[in-house]
Amino acid sequence: MEKVMGLASDNGVVIFSKSSCCMCYAVSMLFQGIGVKPVMYDIDQDPQGREMEKALMKLAGTTAGPVPAVFIGGKFMGSTNDIMSAHLSGQLLHMLKPYHSLS
Amino acid sequence: MNSSSTQFVTSGGMGMYDHMHQLSMWGESFKSNGSPHPLSSMLLPNTSPSLIITADMKLDNQSEDTSGTPGPLNKYDQEVTKSSEKIQRRLAQNREAARKSRLRKKGLYVASGVEASHVGFNGAVNSGIATFEAEYGHWLEEQQKHVSDLRAAVTSNISDGEMRVLVEASLNHYYELFRMKGAAAKADVFYVMSGLWKSSAERFFLWIGGFRPSELIKILRPKIEPLAEPQLQGICNLGQLCQQAEDALSQGMDRLQQTLAQSVADGQLGEASYSPQIDTAMEKLDGVVRFVRQADHLRKAALVQVSQILTPRQAARGLLVLGEYFERLRALSQVWATNTREPE
Repeated sequence: MEKVMGLASDNGVVIFSKSSCCMCYAVSMLFQGIGVKPVMYDIDQDPQGREMEKALMKLAGTTAGPVPAVFIGGKFMGSTNDIMSAHLSGQLLHMLKPYHSLS
Repeated sequence: MNSSSTQFVTSGGMGMYDHMHQLSMWGESFKSNGSPHPLSSMLLPNTSPSLIITADMKLDNQSEDTSGTPGPLNKYDQEVTKSSEKIQRRLAQNREAARKSRLRKKGLYVASGVEASHVGFNGAVNSGIATFEAEYGHWLEEQQKHVSDLRAAVTSNISDGEMRVLVEASLNHYYELFRMKGAAAKADVFYVMSGLWKSSAERFFLWIGGFRPSELIKILRPKIEPLAEPQLQGICNLGQLCQQAEDALSQGMDRLQQTLAQSVADGQLGEASYSPQIDTAMEKLDGVVRFVRQADHLRKAALVQVSQILTPRQAARGLLVLGEYFERLRALSQVWATNTREPE
Protein backbone atom coordinates (compact mmCIF):
# COMPACT_ATOMS: atom_id res chain seq x y z
CA MET A 1 0.00 0.00 0.00
CA GLU A 2 2.84 2.38 0.84
CA LYS A 3 4.27 2.00 -2.62
CA VAL A 4 0.88 2.78 -4.16
CA MET A 5 0.33 5.83 -1.97
CA GLY A 6 3.94 6.92 -2.42
CA LEU A 7 3.70 6.84 -6.19
CA ALA A 8 0.32 8.54 -6.05
CA SER A 9 1.50 11.45 -3.93
CA ASP A 10 4.71 11.92 -5.92
CA ASN A 11 2.76 12.59 -9.09
CA GLY A 12 -0.20 14.79 -9.89
CA VAL A 13 -2.31 12.35 -11.86
CA VAL A 14 -1.55 8.65 -11.63
CA ILE A 15 -3.42 5.77 -13.20
CA PHE A 16 -2.40 2.34 -11.94
CA SER A 17 -2.85 -0.13 -14.76
CA LYS A 18 -1.77 -3.40 -16.30
CA SER A 19 -0.03 -3.62 -19.65
CA SER A 20 -2.78 -5.91 -20.98
CA CYS A 21 -5.69 -3.82 -19.68
CA CYS A 22 -7.59 -2.12 -22.48
CA MET A 23 -9.94 -0.34 -20.07
CA CYS A 24 -6.87 1.29 -18.51
CA TYR A 25 -5.89 2.43 -21.97
CA ALA A 26 -9.40 3.83 -22.52
CA VAL A 27 -9.23 5.86 -19.31
CA SER A 28 -5.78 7.19 -20.20
CA MET A 29 -7.20 8.24 -23.60
CA LEU A 30 -9.99 10.11 -21.82
CA PHE A 31 -7.49 12.05 -19.75
CA GLN A 32 -5.35 12.84 -22.79
CA GLY A 33 -8.45 13.91 -24.67
CA ILE A 34 -9.11 16.55 -22.04
CA GLY A 35 -5.52 17.80 -22.04
CA VAL A 36 -4.02 15.91 -19.13
CA LYS A 37 -1.03 13.57 -19.31
CA PRO A 38 -1.43 11.02 -16.51
CA VAL A 39 1.40 8.88 -15.22
CA MET A 40 0.54 5.31 -16.21
CA TYR A 41 1.95 2.80 -13.78
CA ASP A 42 1.76 -0.82 -14.92
CA ILE A 43 1.63 -2.89 -11.76
CA ASP A 44 2.19 -6.10 -13.69
CA GLN A 45 5.65 -4.79 -14.60
CA ASP A 46 6.51 -4.13 -10.96
CA PRO A 47 8.21 -6.78 -8.79
CA GLN A 48 5.84 -5.82 -5.96
CA GLY A 49 2.91 -5.95 -8.35
CA ARG A 50 0.99 -8.55 -6.34
CA GLU A 51 1.00 -6.51 -3.16
CA MET A 52 0.09 -3.39 -5.08
CA GLU A 53 -2.80 -5.23 -6.68
CA LYS A 54 -4.06 -6.32 -3.27
CA ALA A 55 -3.81 -2.77 -1.98
CA LEU A 56 -5.72 -1.44 -4.98
CA MET A 57 -8.41 -4.10 -4.60
CA LYS A 58 -8.95 -2.85 -1.04
CA LEU A 59 -9.45 0.67 -2.34
CA ALA A 60 -11.62 -0.28 -5.30
CA GLY A 61 -13.94 -2.65 -3.50
CA THR A 62 -15.36 -5.84 -4.97
CA THR A 63 -17.35 -4.44 -7.89
CA ALA A 64 -14.47 -2.88 -9.80
CA GLY A 65 -11.20 -4.52 -10.80
CA PRO A 66 -7.95 -3.37 -9.20
CA VAL A 67 -7.16 -1.45 -12.39
CA PRO A 68 -7.56 1.17 -13.63
CA ALA A 69 -7.14 2.97 -10.32
CA VAL A 70 -7.07 6.74 -10.67
CA PHE A 71 -5.35 9.07 -8.20
CA ILE A 72 -5.53 12.85 -8.45
CA GLY A 73 -3.32 14.89 -6.13
CA GLY A 74 -2.46 11.79 -4.12
CA LYS A 75 -6.10 11.01 -3.48
CA PHE A 76 -7.88 7.88 -4.76
CA MET A 77 -10.63 8.96 -7.15
CA GLY A 78 -11.96 5.56 -8.13
CA SER A 79 -12.16 3.12 -11.00
CA THR A 80 -13.68 3.48 -14.46
CA ASN A 81 -17.30 3.89 -13.30
CA ASP A 82 -16.39 6.69 -10.91
CA ILE A 83 -14.25 8.46 -13.49
CA MET A 84 -16.95 8.26 -16.18
CA SER A 85 -19.66 9.54 -13.83
CA ALA A 86 -17.34 12.32 -12.61
CA HIS A 87 -16.60 13.27 -16.20
CA LEU A 88 -20.25 13.52 -17.23
CA SER A 89 -21.08 15.63 -14.19
CA GLY A 90 -18.23 18.01 -15.02
CA GLN A 91 -16.49 17.16 -11.77
CA LEU A 92 -13.50 15.50 -13.40
CA LEU A 93 -12.62 18.55 -15.50
CA HIS A 94 -12.85 20.67 -12.39
CA MET A 95 -10.50 18.39 -10.43
CA LEU A 96 -8.02 18.20 -13.28
CA LYS A 97 -7.71 21.95 -13.83
CA PRO A 98 -4.38 22.28 -11.96
CA TYR A 99 -2.90 19.42 -13.97
CA HIS A 100 -3.41 20.50 -17.54
CA SER A 101 -0.22 19.95 -19.49
CA LEU A 102 1.23 22.89 -21.41
CA SER A 103 0.81 22.30 -25.12
CA MET B 1 -41.65 -46.18 -30.42
CA ASN B 2 -40.59 -45.16 -33.88
CA SER B 3 -37.12 -46.32 -34.79
CA SER B 4 -36.87 -44.25 -37.98
CA SER B 5 -34.35 -41.47 -37.53
CA THR B 6 -36.34 -38.86 -39.41
CA GLN B 7 -39.72 -39.16 -37.79
CA PHE B 8 -39.71 -37.00 -34.67
CA VAL B 9 -42.95 -35.58 -33.45
CA THR B 10 -42.77 -31.93 -32.57
CA SER B 11 -45.86 -31.75 -30.40
CA GLY B 12 -45.24 -30.66 -26.87
CA GLY B 13 -46.97 -33.67 -25.42
CA MET B 14 -46.02 -37.04 -24.10
CA GLY B 15 -44.76 -38.27 -27.46
CA MET B 16 -41.71 -36.04 -27.21
CA TYR B 17 -41.05 -37.05 -23.65
CA ASP B 18 -41.08 -40.71 -24.62
CA HIS B 19 -38.54 -39.89 -27.31
CA MET B 20 -36.40 -38.22 -24.67
CA HIS B 21 -36.44 -41.35 -22.53
CA GLN B 22 -35.38 -43.36 -25.52
CA LEU B 23 -32.64 -40.94 -26.47
CA SER B 24 -31.18 -40.74 -22.99
CA MET B 25 -31.01 -44.48 -22.76
CA TRP B 26 -29.32 -44.60 -26.16
CA GLY B 27 -27.10 -41.79 -24.93
CA GLU B 28 -25.82 -43.95 -22.12
CA SER B 29 -24.70 -46.77 -24.36
CA PHE B 30 -23.24 -44.54 -27.08
CA LYS B 31 -21.46 -42.06 -24.88
CA SER B 32 -17.75 -41.62 -25.21
CA ASN B 33 -15.58 -38.78 -24.04
CA GLY B 34 -13.88 -36.36 -26.33
CA SER B 35 -15.55 -37.36 -29.57
CA PRO B 36 -18.69 -35.93 -31.11
CA HIS B 37 -21.75 -37.68 -29.81
CA PRO B 38 -22.63 -40.42 -32.28
CA LEU B 39 -26.27 -40.04 -31.31
CA SER B 40 -26.42 -36.51 -32.66
CA SER B 41 -24.79 -37.40 -35.97
CA MET B 42 -27.14 -40.34 -36.34
CA LEU B 43 -30.28 -38.42 -35.66
CA LEU B 44 -29.64 -34.95 -37.07
CA PRO B 45 -30.28 -35.04 -40.78
CA ASN B 46 -31.76 -31.54 -40.60
CA THR B 47 -32.25 -28.84 -38.03
CA SER B 48 -35.89 -29.07 -37.06
CA PRO B 49 -36.75 -27.85 -33.55
CA SER B 50 -37.11 -31.29 -32.03
CA LEU B 51 -33.63 -32.20 -33.14
CA ILE B 52 -32.27 -29.10 -31.47
CA ILE B 53 -33.23 -30.76 -28.22
CA THR B 54 -31.22 -33.80 -29.21
CA ALA B 55 -28.14 -31.64 -29.69
CA ASP B 56 -28.75 -30.12 -26.25
CA MET B 57 -28.46 -33.53 -24.72
CA LYS B 58 -25.13 -34.04 -26.41
CA LEU B 59 -23.75 -30.95 -24.70
CA ASP B 60 -25.32 -31.84 -21.38
CA ASN B 61 -23.87 -35.32 -21.40
CA GLN B 62 -20.40 -34.00 -21.85
CA SER B 63 -20.43 -30.94 -19.67
CA GLU B 64 -22.83 -31.49 -16.81
CA ASP B 65 -21.74 -34.83 -15.46
CA THR B 66 -21.49 -33.83 -11.86
CA SER B 67 -23.67 -36.45 -10.21
CA GLY B 68 -22.61 -37.15 -6.67
CA THR B 69 -23.72 -40.75 -6.67
CA PRO B 70 -22.26 -42.81 -9.48
CA GLY B 71 -24.39 -45.41 -11.22
CA PRO B 72 -26.45 -45.59 -14.38
CA LEU B 73 -29.77 -45.23 -12.62
CA ASN B 74 -28.93 -41.82 -11.13
CA LYS B 75 -27.51 -40.63 -14.42
CA TYR B 76 -30.72 -41.71 -16.13
CA ASP B 77 -32.76 -39.66 -13.66
CA GLN B 78 -30.52 -36.69 -14.36
CA GLU B 79 -31.01 -37.08 -18.12
CA VAL B 80 -34.76 -37.25 -17.64
CA THR B 81 -34.79 -34.11 -15.51
CA LYS B 82 -32.59 -32.28 -17.97
CA SER B 83 -34.81 -33.48 -20.84
CA SER B 84 -37.98 -32.25 -19.20
CA GLU B 85 -36.30 -28.93 -18.38
CA LYS B 86 -35.35 -28.59 -21.99
CA ILE B 87 -38.85 -29.46 -23.07
CA GLN B 88 -40.22 -26.82 -20.72
CA ARG B 89 -37.78 -24.32 -22.11
CA ARG B 90 -38.74 -25.23 -25.65
CA LEU B 91 -42.43 -24.85 -24.79
CA ALA B 92 -41.71 -21.49 -23.21
CA GLN B 93 -39.88 -20.44 -26.36
CA ASN B 94 -42.82 -21.55 -28.49
CA ARG B 95 -45.20 -19.55 -26.33
CA GLU B 96 -42.84 -16.58 -26.57
CA ALA B 97 -42.71 -16.90 -30.35
CA ALA B 98 -46.52 -17.03 -30.51
CA ARG B 99 -46.75 -13.98 -28.28
CA LYS B 100 -44.30 -12.04 -30.45
CA SER B 101 -46.30 -13.04 -33.49
CA ARG B 102 -49.46 -11.59 -31.93
CA LEU B 103 -47.58 -8.39 -31.05
CA ARG B 104 -46.23 -8.13 -34.55
CA LYS B 105 -49.70 -8.33 -35.99
CA LYS B 106 -50.64 -5.40 -33.74
CA GLY B 107 -47.55 -3.56 -34.93
CA LEU B 108 -46.05 -3.60 -31.44
CA TYR B 109 -43.07 -5.81 -31.93
CA VAL B 110 -40.36 -5.74 -34.54
CA ALA B 111 -37.33 -7.96 -34.47
CA SER B 112 -35.54 -10.01 -37.04
CA GLY B 113 -33.79 -13.23 -36.27
CA VAL B 114 -34.36 -12.80 -32.57
CA GLU B 115 -36.02 -16.14 -32.04
CA ALA B 116 -33.15 -18.01 -33.59
CA SER B 117 -30.24 -16.06 -32.22
CA HIS B 118 -30.05 -17.93 -28.96
CA VAL B 119 -29.67 -21.17 -30.88
CA GLY B 120 -26.11 -21.76 -31.93
CA PHE B 121 -25.03 -23.21 -35.23
CA ASN B 122 -24.72 -26.66 -33.69
CA GLY B 123 -28.23 -26.49 -32.26
CA ALA B 124 -27.13 -25.60 -28.74
CA VAL B 125 -29.52 -23.40 -26.77
CA ASN B 126 -28.02 -20.61 -24.69
CA SER B 127 -30.42 -20.31 -21.79
CA GLY B 128 -28.99 -16.97 -20.62
CA ILE B 129 -29.77 -15.48 -24.01
CA ALA B 130 -33.15 -17.23 -24.26
CA THR B 131 -34.00 -15.68 -20.89
CA PHE B 132 -32.87 -12.27 -22.07
CA GLU B 133 -34.96 -12.44 -25.22
CA ALA B 134 -38.05 -13.45 -23.28
CA GLU B 135 -37.45 -10.61 -20.82
CA TYR B 136 -36.86 -8.17 -23.64
CA GLY B 137 -40.27 -8.98 -25.10
CA HIS B 138 -41.82 -7.97 -21.76
CA TRP B 139 -39.54 -4.95 -21.59
CA LEU B 140 -40.84 -3.68 -24.93
CA GLU B 141 -44.45 -4.03 -23.79
CA GLU B 142 -43.65 -2.12 -20.59
CA GLN B 143 -41.78 0.51 -22.58
CA GLN B 144 -44.88 1.17 -24.64
CA LYS B 145 -46.79 1.89 -21.42
CA HIS B 146 -44.10 4.28 -20.18
CA VAL B 147 -44.14 6.18 -23.45
CA SER B 148 -47.94 6.45 -23.35
CA ASP B 149 -47.81 7.73 -19.78
CA LEU B 150 -45.23 10.34 -20.73
CA ARG B 151 -47.26 11.41 -23.74
CA ALA B 152 -50.34 11.91 -21.58
CA ALA B 153 -48.34 13.71 -18.89
CA VAL B 154 -46.66 16.34 -21.08
CA THR B 155 -49.99 17.57 -22.41
CA SER B 156 -51.55 17.62 -18.95
CA ASN B 157 -51.26 19.92 -15.95
CA ILE B 158 -49.90 17.46 -13.42
CA SER B 159 -47.58 18.75 -10.71
CA ASP B 160 -43.80 18.64 -10.92
CA GLY B 161 -43.81 16.02 -8.18
CA GLU B 162 -46.09 13.74 -10.16
CA MET B 163 -44.07 14.39 -13.29
CA ARG B 164 -40.89 13.43 -11.48
CA VAL B 165 -42.44 10.10 -10.49
CA LEU B 166 -43.17 9.31 -14.14
CA VAL B 167 -39.70 10.41 -15.21
CA GLU B 168 -38.09 8.20 -12.54
CA ALA B 169 -40.22 5.24 -13.61
CA SER B 170 -39.22 5.68 -17.22
CA LEU B 171 -35.54 6.04 -16.33
CA ASN B 172 -35.62 2.99 -14.10
CA HIS B 173 -37.06 1.05 -16.99
CA TYR B 174 -33.98 1.88 -19.07
CA TYR B 175 -31.72 0.97 -16.14
CA GLU B 176 -33.50 -2.37 -15.95
CA LEU B 177 -32.59 -3.02 -19.58
CA PHE B 178 -28.93 -2.28 -18.80
CA ARG B 179 -29.08 -4.78 -15.93
CA MET B 180 -30.58 -7.41 -18.24
CA LYS B 181 -27.89 -6.77 -20.83
CA GLY B 182 -25.18 -7.10 -18.18
CA ALA B 183 -26.45 -10.56 -17.31
CA ALA B 184 -26.81 -11.53 -20.98
CA ALA B 185 -23.25 -10.38 -21.64
CA LYS B 186 -22.05 -13.05 -19.26
CA ALA B 187 -23.95 -15.65 -21.28
CA ASP B 188 -22.81 -14.46 -24.72
CA VAL B 189 -20.93 -11.21 -24.94
CA PHE B 190 -20.78 -11.16 -28.73
CA TYR B 191 -24.56 -11.44 -28.85
CA VAL B 192 -24.83 -8.29 -26.73
CA MET B 193 -22.08 -6.48 -28.62
CA SER B 194 -23.89 -7.18 -31.89
CA GLY B 195 -27.25 -6.06 -30.51
CA LEU B 196 -28.89 -9.17 -31.90
CA TRP B 197 -32.16 -8.59 -30.02
CA LYS B 198 -32.61 -5.27 -31.80
CA SER B 199 -34.26 -4.55 -35.12
CA SER B 200 -31.87 -4.14 -38.05
CA ALA B 201 -32.46 -0.37 -38.19
CA GLU B 202 -31.45 -0.02 -34.52
CA ARG B 203 -28.37 -2.11 -35.17
CA PHE B 204 -27.29 0.33 -37.88
CA PHE B 205 -26.65 2.88 -35.13
CA LEU B 206 -25.05 0.47 -32.71
CA TRP B 207 -22.15 1.53 -30.53
CA ILE B 208 -20.71 -1.05 -28.12
CA GLY B 209 -23.98 -2.93 -27.79
CA GLY B 210 -26.38 0.01 -27.59
CA PHE B 211 -27.11 3.63 -28.31
CA ARG B 212 -24.52 6.41 -28.40
CA PRO B 213 -25.32 8.88 -25.59
CA SER B 214 -23.99 11.91 -27.51
CA GLU B 215 -26.23 11.02 -30.47
CA LEU B 216 -29.28 10.87 -28.26
CA ILE B 217 -28.52 14.26 -26.80
CA LYS B 218 -28.19 15.71 -30.32
CA ILE B 219 -31.61 14.26 -31.20
CA LEU B 220 -33.19 15.35 -27.96
CA ARG B 221 -32.05 18.95 -27.70
CA PRO B 222 -33.95 20.61 -30.57
CA LYS B 223 -37.13 18.74 -29.63
CA ILE B 224 -37.28 20.00 -26.04
CA GLU B 225 -36.54 23.65 -26.78
CA PRO B 226 -37.15 26.36 -25.75
CA LEU B 227 -34.81 25.84 -22.82
CA ALA B 228 -33.57 28.35 -20.25
CA GLU B 229 -29.91 29.29 -20.59
CA PRO B 230 -28.56 27.03 -17.78
CA GLN B 231 -30.44 24.01 -19.17
CA LEU B 232 -29.29 24.70 -22.71
CA GLN B 233 -25.67 25.09 -21.59
CA GLY B 234 -25.93 21.99 -19.45
CA ILE B 235 -27.31 19.81 -22.24
CA CYS B 236 -24.81 21.02 -24.85
CA ASN B 237 -21.98 20.52 -22.42
CA LEU B 238 -23.21 17.05 -21.54
CA GLY B 239 -23.23 16.15 -25.22
CA GLN B 240 -19.61 17.12 -25.51
CA LEU B 241 -18.60 15.22 -22.37
CA CYS B 242 -20.39 12.12 -23.65
CA GLN B 243 -18.53 12.41 -26.93
CA GLN B 244 -15.20 12.49 -25.10
CA ALA B 245 -16.09 9.47 -22.97
CA GLU B 246 -17.31 7.58 -26.05
CA ASP B 247 -14.10 8.33 -27.93
CA ALA B 248 -12.05 7.01 -25.04
CA LEU B 249 -14.08 3.81 -24.79
CA SER B 250 -13.96 3.36 -28.56
CA GLN B 251 -10.18 3.56 -28.52
CA GLY B 252 -9.98 1.01 -25.73
CA MET B 253 -12.40 -1.24 -27.61
CA ASP B 254 -10.32 -0.99 -30.79
CA ARG B 255 -7.26 -2.08 -28.89
CA LEU B 256 -9.16 -4.98 -27.33
CA GLN B 257 -10.43 -6.07 -30.74
CA GLN B 258 -6.87 -6.16 -32.04
CA THR B 259 -5.60 -8.26 -29.16
CA LEU B 260 -8.59 -10.62 -29.49
CA ALA B 261 -7.98 -11.07 -33.21
CA GLN B 262 -4.37 -11.85 -32.44
CA SER B 263 -5.40 -14.40 -29.82
CA VAL B 264 -7.72 -16.14 -32.26
CA ALA B 265 -4.98 -16.16 -34.90
CA ASP B 266 -2.55 -17.60 -32.37
CA GLY B 267 -5.02 -20.35 -31.53
CA GLN B 268 -5.55 -19.20 -27.96
CA LEU B 269 -9.30 -18.78 -28.33
CA GLY B 270 -11.78 -21.01 -30.03
CA GLU B 271 -13.00 -24.56 -29.90
CA ALA B 272 -10.01 -26.79 -29.76
CA SER B 273 -7.84 -24.80 -27.43
CA TYR B 274 -6.22 -26.79 -24.70
CA SER B 275 -3.79 -23.95 -24.32
CA PRO B 276 -2.45 -23.33 -20.82
CA GLN B 277 -3.04 -19.68 -21.70
CA ILE B 278 -6.78 -20.29 -21.40
CA ASP B 279 -6.71 -17.87 -18.47
CA THR B 280 -5.53 -14.97 -20.60
CA ALA B 281 -8.04 -15.97 -23.27
CA MET B 282 -10.90 -15.86 -20.74
CA GLU B 283 -9.46 -12.61 -19.40
CA LYS B 284 -9.76 -11.12 -22.87
CA LEU B 285 -13.39 -12.21 -23.25
CA ASP B 286 -14.06 -10.80 -19.78
CA GLY B 287 -12.52 -7.62 -21.15
CA VAL B 288 -15.24 -7.46 -23.81
CA VAL B 289 -17.91 -7.98 -21.14
CA ARG B 290 -16.30 -5.15 -19.21
CA PHE B 291 -16.56 -2.78 -22.16
CA VAL B 292 -20.19 -3.63 -22.81
CA ARG B 293 -20.99 -2.96 -19.16
CA GLN B 294 -18.96 0.24 -19.15
CA ALA B 295 -20.85 1.49 -22.21
CA ASP B 296 -24.15 0.76 -20.45
CA HIS B 297 -22.86 2.54 -17.37
CA LEU B 298 -22.12 5.55 -19.57
CA ARG B 299 -25.65 5.42 -21.01
CA LYS B 300 -27.07 5.32 -17.51
CA ALA B 301 -24.82 8.17 -16.34
CA ALA B 302 -25.92 10.26 -19.34
CA LEU B 303 -29.61 9.66 -18.57
CA VAL B 304 -28.99 10.55 -14.92
CA GLN B 305 -27.36 13.82 -15.96
CA VAL B 306 -30.18 14.65 -18.36
CA SER B 307 -32.72 14.19 -15.57
CA GLN B 308 -30.65 16.40 -13.25
CA ILE B 309 -30.09 19.22 -15.73
CA LEU B 310 -33.69 19.45 -16.94
CA THR B 311 -36.84 20.29 -15.03
CA PRO B 312 -39.22 17.36 -14.51
CA ARG B 313 -41.46 18.55 -17.32
CA GLN B 314 -38.52 19.02 -19.70
CA ALA B 315 -37.15 15.60 -18.71
CA ALA B 316 -40.54 14.01 -19.40
CA ARG B 317 -40.62 15.64 -22.84
CA GLY B 318 -37.06 14.46 -23.45
CA LEU B 319 -37.84 10.88 -22.50
CA LEU B 320 -40.94 10.96 -24.67
CA VAL B 321 -38.83 12.11 -27.62
CA LEU B 322 -36.37 9.28 -27.00
CA GLY B 323 -39.09 6.69 -26.59
CA GLU B 324 -40.78 7.73 -29.80
CA TYR B 325 -37.45 7.85 -31.63
CA PHE B 326 -36.71 4.21 -30.77
CA GLU B 327 -40.26 3.18 -31.65
CA ARG B 328 -39.87 4.75 -35.09
CA LEU B 329 -36.51 3.10 -35.54
CA ARG B 330 -37.97 -0.28 -34.72
CA ALA B 331 -40.86 0.36 -37.10
CA LEU B 332 -38.43 1.37 -39.84
CA SER B 333 -37.12 -2.18 -40.12
CA GLN B 334 -40.67 -3.43 -40.51
CA VAL B 335 -41.55 -0.82 -43.14
CA TRP B 336 -38.47 -1.74 -45.14
CA ALA B 337 -39.21 -5.43 -44.91
CA THR B 338 -42.79 -5.06 -46.11
CA ASN B 339 -41.88 -2.68 -48.89
CA THR B 340 -38.88 -4.29 -50.48
CA ARG B 341 -39.13 -3.97 -54.19
CA GLU B 342 -38.62 -6.97 -56.44
CA PRO B 343 -35.20 -6.96 -58.10
CA GLU B 344 -35.51 -5.83 -61.71
